[in-house]
Amino acid sequence: MVKINGEELNVAGKTIAEYLATTNYDPKRIAVERNGDIVFKSQYGETLLQDGDSVEVVSFVGGG
Amino acid sequence: MNNDKLIIGGHEFNSRFILGSGKYSMKLIEAAVKDAGAEIITLAVRRANTKEQESILDYIPEGITLLPNTSGARNAEEAVRIARLARELGCGDFVKIEIMRDSKYLLPDNQETIKATDILANEGFVVMPYMYPDLNVARDLVNAGASSVMPLASPIGSNKGLATKEFIQILIDEIDLPIIVDAGIGRPSQACEAMEMGAAAIMANTALATAGDLPMMTSAFKNAIEAGRKAYLAGLGRVLTRGASASDPLTGFLRD
Repeated sequence: MVKINGEELNVAGKTIAEYLATTNYDPKRIAVERNGDIVFKSQYGETLLQDGDSVEVVSFVGGG
Repeated sequence: MNNDKLIIGGHEFNSRFILGSGKYSMKLIEAAVKDAGAEIITLAVRRANTKEQESILDYIPEGITLLPNTSGARNAEEAVRIARLARELGCGDFVKIEIMRDSKYLLPDNQETIKATDILANEGFVVMPYMYPDLNVARDLVNAGASSVMPLASPIGSNKGLATKEFIQILIDEIDLPIIVDAGIGRPSQACEAMEMGAAAIMANTALATAGDLPMMTSAFKNAIEAGRKAYLAGLGRVLTRGASASDPLTGFLRD
């Protein structure tokens, strides 16, 4: 299982690009962190999600 | 006045009004950018939502400098992670460091803020730390590579005004970076007073978002900030410690 934004998902073995393709995220407006490190957009296709990974997918919201 | 630029990390701005967007609407952003001339708008970074397709970025016109904050961070490490994510979102190198351990008063953790400033300035960020006004901390922030210092006037969102006035004045007098008063400014007169003191800019959100007529209040803030800046540049008239001093000639009238 891979924890993505706090939710356990059965996506181990997929690349980040493959996972994102199954979602509604706007790829231009998100940033991805895997186990505390940034995953650059150019690396989405080659970064494999592994069992136990913790991933954050973030975007901008209003804030002071 | 035309050459009076606000310079942060080598970037020049004409406006000294920074819009916080925590409480935002199309109306607020429009009023701030079109009517009040704001050139910097803060944003926060949060977990993306697959259901919500609307983005605040849709509301912000081209040419505005985005200032992502690290709100939600409880220590330097989390602030650094959020800042890196913000930069990866592709809207520039600016970051406002905001680190809070306390959810009741939302006061910034100055020590963790110094640590995060050091790390992020070394990574090439334009670092604008939000802080509790303390001269020693401000000096450490300068040494850590901050591009400005953002002391709070009173607790975030309180609209209580310049509760920390004396300590902000010390920062203005002693720190050779733009001092941007952030948090707590509730009225145009308070924004004006901070600018008269020599603050470089004012950041506001709640004062506008909770006002009766939002565009009118935004315009009032614009005028107040400009008036305060002009007064600072002009140099305020002196204050007598006692007595009076006639501004009219008193001699030679109705008497010998």
